[in-house]
Formats: sequence, C-alpha cells, structure tokens
Amino acid sequence: MRYIEHQQVIKRMNGRLLVNRIFKVIFLAATLLALLALVILLYRIVTQGAGHLSIEFLTNFASRFPEKAGIKAALIGSLWLMVVVAPTSIILGVGSAIYLEEYAKQNRITSFIRMNISNLAGVPSVVFGLLGLTIFVRAMALGNSILAAGFTMSLLILPVIVVASQEAIRSVPGELRDASYGMGATKWQTIVKIILPAAIPGILTGSILALSRAIGETAPLIVIGVPVIIQFLPAGVMDTFTALPMQIYDWSSRPQQEFQTVAAAGIMVLMAVLLFMNSIAVIIRNKFDKRY
Amino acid sequence: MRPSVQEMIARSNGKKNKKIIEKIIPIILFLIASVSVLTSIGIVLTLIVETITFFTRVPFFDFIFGTTWLPFSNKDAQFGILPLIVGTLKVTLIATVVAVPIGIAAAIYLSEYASENVRRVLKPILEVLAGVPTIVYGFFALTFVTPILQSVFPEIKIFNAISPGIVVGIMIIPMIASLSEDAMSAVPKSIREGALAMGSTKFEVAWKITVPAALSGIIASVVLAVSRAIGETMIVSLAAGSTPRFDGDFTGSIQTMTAYIVQVSKGDAGYGTTIYYSIYAVGFTLFVFTMMMNVLAGYVSKRFREEY
Repeated sequence: MRYIEHQQVIKRMNGRLLVNRIFKVIFLAATLLALLALVILLYRIVTQGAGHLSIEFLTNFASRFPEKAGIKAALIGSLWLMVVVAPTSIILGVGSAIYLEEYAKQNRITSFIRMNISNLAGVPSVVFGLLGLTIFVRAMALGNSILAAGFTMSLLILPVIVVASQEAIRSVPGELRDASYGMGATKWQTIVKIILPAAIPGILTGSILALSRAIGETAPLIVIGVPVIIQFLPAGVMDTFTALPMQIYDWSSRPQQEFQTVAAAGIMVLMAVLLFMNSIAVIIRNKFDKRY
Repeated sequence: MRPSVQEMIARSNGKKNKKIIEKIIPIILFLIASVSVLTSIGIVLTLIVETITFFTRVPFFDFIFGTTWLPFSNKDAQFGILPLIVGTLKVTLIATVVAVPIGIAAAIYLSEYASENVRRVLKPILEVLAGVPTIVYGFFALTFVTPILQSVFPEIKIFNAISPGIVVGIMIIPMIASLSEDAMSAVPKSIREGALAMGSTKFEVAWKITVPAALSGIIASVVLAVSRAIGETMIVSLAAGSTPRFDGDFTGSIQTMTAYIVQVSKGDAGYGTTIYYSIYAVGFTLFVFTMMMNVLAGYVSKRFREEY
C-alpha cells in the first residue's frame, strides 16, 4: 500500500506553490507602492519648487508678490522655536525617564504616570494647540510668543522623548550600575557619571527625531494664533514669530497658482532641515552603537 | 602624594551637601515626571471648562444630535456636530480602506518574505513616510492627488473627501506596517519552522500561522492608525474644504472636526464668543473619539495577546 500518492501531491503542490508565488508578488507590490508614494511626493515637490529656490528666497521676507516672497522670517522663527523647545522638552523628557527607570517604585502613582505618557502620545496635536491657547497664551498671558508656542510643542513631543530615553536607560547593563555602587558611588553619582553617558546616544537620537517632529507641526501653531505675515525678526522669546510650516500653510492655501511654486520651495527648505536632523540622528546612532 | 582611599572617603563624607542632593534629586525628578500628568489634567480641564461654558449657550442635545453646523450665521447660528463627525468619518473611512490592506501586506512581506538585508533597507525608508510633516502631505493632496482624481472622475470637486482620505491613508501606512511587523516578528520562529516542516508554503505559514498569532497586535496597530486619521489636521484643512455637511457625498467639499478648529483659529474668533467656545466643544468631541480608540487599542493588545 502506498502512503503517499505522488501524482496527487505534485498536482496539489503546484497549485499551492503558485498561490505562494502570487501572494509574494502582491505583498512586495504593496510595500513598493508605499515607497512609490514617497518617491512621487518628493519628486513632485522638487520639480515644482526647485525653480523658485534661490538665495533671495532664503533672505527675503514674506510678500504679497509670489516672485518676491521669501522664507527668512519663518526659517529664523523655526530656529527660535527650537531654542525654547529643545531645552524644555529634553529636560522634562529625560528627567521623567530617569525618574521612571531609576527611582520610581512599582506602585499606582508610577503606573498612572506611565499610562498618562502613553495616552498623551495619542492626543491629536490640534488638541495640544487648544491646551496651549488656554494655558500659555491666555491664562499665563504669554500671547502668541515664541515661549507659548515652544512650551506647547514641548508638551506635544514629551512622550516621544520620555519613551526613547527610557529605552536608552534601560539598555545600560546592570553590571555597570553594580560596579559603580561597588566603588562606593551614590545613586545620583551613578546616574550622572555612568548611566547617562552610556545612554546619551539613544537619548540624543530620540530627542532629535522628536524635535524634527516639532519643526514640522503646524496645527498647534495655528490654534495658538501664530501669525504668518511677519516683516521683522524676533529679538527674544517673548516676541511673536512665524515658523516654516505656518508659512507653507499660508502659501498653499492661497488661490493664486504662483504661490504653489513658492509653497513647494518652502517645503524643500523644511524637508532639507528635517533630512539634516534625521541624518544627524542616524550618525549618532551608528557611531555610538555600543554593544555591552 | 595622592591621598589614600581612606582619606578620600573621609573627605567626601565630610561633604554634607552630597546627602542633600541625594534626597532632593528624586523629588525634583518626580516633579518633572508629573508634568505629563499635569498636561493630561490640563487638557481635560480646559476642554471640560470651556465646553461647559459652551453648553450654557447651546443646548447639549442640539449639539450632539444636531444635523446642521452653521456657526457663522449672524441671526440663526446652529451648532449640531453630526456634520463634522460625518466629515471626519468619511476621511477616516477612505484612509482605512487605503492603509489597512497595504500596511498589513507590507508587514507580511517584511516579516515573512524579505531577507534580513532587504528588511534593513526597506523598513527605515518606510519610516521616512511617517516623518514627512502633515502640511507637506496636505500640499501633495491639494496640488497633485486632487487634479489626478479630477482628470479621471470629472465630478470630483477641488475640495473633496477622497483626495485627503487617500493621502491620510498613505500617511498611516508606515504606522500599521511597522507595528504589525513588530507583532509578527514576535511570533516565535519555532512555530513557523514547524509549519514549514509539515510542508506548508510561506504563504500558508503567513496566513494561517503568523497573522492569526499576531492578530491582537495587528488589530491594535489598525486601531491606533485610525485614531491618528481621526485627529489628522493639516491634510484635511488644506484639501477637504470647509463645508460641513450631513450626507454621504464623498466628491464635494466637507469639513472635519479638526479642520473646523483650524478654520476658527485662523479667523481669530473673538474671545468669549460662542464660536470661540465651540472650538473647545469640537476639540472635546475629537478628544473623546481618539481617546476611545487609544484605550481600545491598549485593551485589544493586552486582552488578546498570545503568550508563548
């Protein structure tokens, strides 16, 4: 008696292998489709905006006339925003991460804080704008200043920095800690001199990615009431300002066709800034990719 | 001569402030960690307080059951939020239809078929999509996707629900692909190898073993992505228009909850007017929607997680 009908197996196997091959192509096509969307998006923006990109575009203020419109105020404004967001969000984020990883006891308060951070990550950015408008712009009377916008953005990206820093701190091996304590170091000395230096590449990578998100965010700025047409540069954090995405939004939503080219040129500047930040993050990650 | 270890210990014990630091630092760090809790409380409080003020002027039931959203009318302003919710759901629906099949298919490819090298190249590129600012996607929807759609289907208007829906879908693909791939990669190799040894093809392994085993993670990723689509603001502000409507039309201008908030903020509604308070009521509704989805995602991934 034969246990295996070879003909039967071959006949069915061919069909199953064919299905396998077809679906492999389908799955690959889906992946490539997503990548294709990215390529089209970038290609489209470069072909549209490259013609308008020039030194004058970077050094001119915004204008009613498309050919004179420049991005100076927005570029400098975005840099000013980072002056507030970077220290605020990194101090808050890394501080929270150190507390959660090194000091927090496993109790209700700790798990409440954790749950809060993951919930905050899912709150739409426009709602953060409403928070900023109520607390910073109105209640604290900061107006639509760099400070108010910076605080709002800091809270928005806080969860990203906390989670990245937590992971970086967690990946520092326990032996280093034990050795430090064994040498007589206190807890804070161990954190500052052993754990943080070892975790800094991970913390920096996460922070830079979070900051690049803050540079691209538009909705909170609109809700806070950040203006667009600004013909001066801010002199301090209490001044009002405009930022790259705000300027791009304004140009994109104008009816005149010419402003679309200007908007595309603005997007190229924004994407260049983001690409620059992301490559720094990747370089840091690769350079300090220490395995213990 | 260098001091002996005993001397060093004696000297450092003499520093009183060291002990103070050890006691103060945990307190400071705890306060820093509570900022996130304060932020949540701040969000909920602001939304609730201003929404309550809104409900002193507009009856609660008119708001949640009203089918006309006409806030800018001088003599007969109406605040029935259903048109804004319908607009939001239209965009979300199209985004889900676009993103779920592509995202899950990409996840299956990356976790089951792709070699280690291919995955190492493709995954970061896919994640670049997630890093593109939404304002850029909005511009892309308005100036590229809409004209293409119009050339194929002439009845589609400049502002519509389809074009921003598709682009929001593209935006959330990486989220679904990445989270689902994580869930599928967590399925142990031994189970796959067992199935392959029994003569399964890779497709059968993916479809009958990996996907069912990772289903909780996949569903959670979809729910999170839908929540992101609901809260998406700039794409719909630019490409979906500002006509709140309570019908099933996808080809004409609509308005979403987020786009309304932006529209009012842009126009600088006077502080204290009903329109000013209405953005909080809309924001609160949006917050409730996304919060429900986020809690659901957390529940699904916890409740239905397979343990190996």
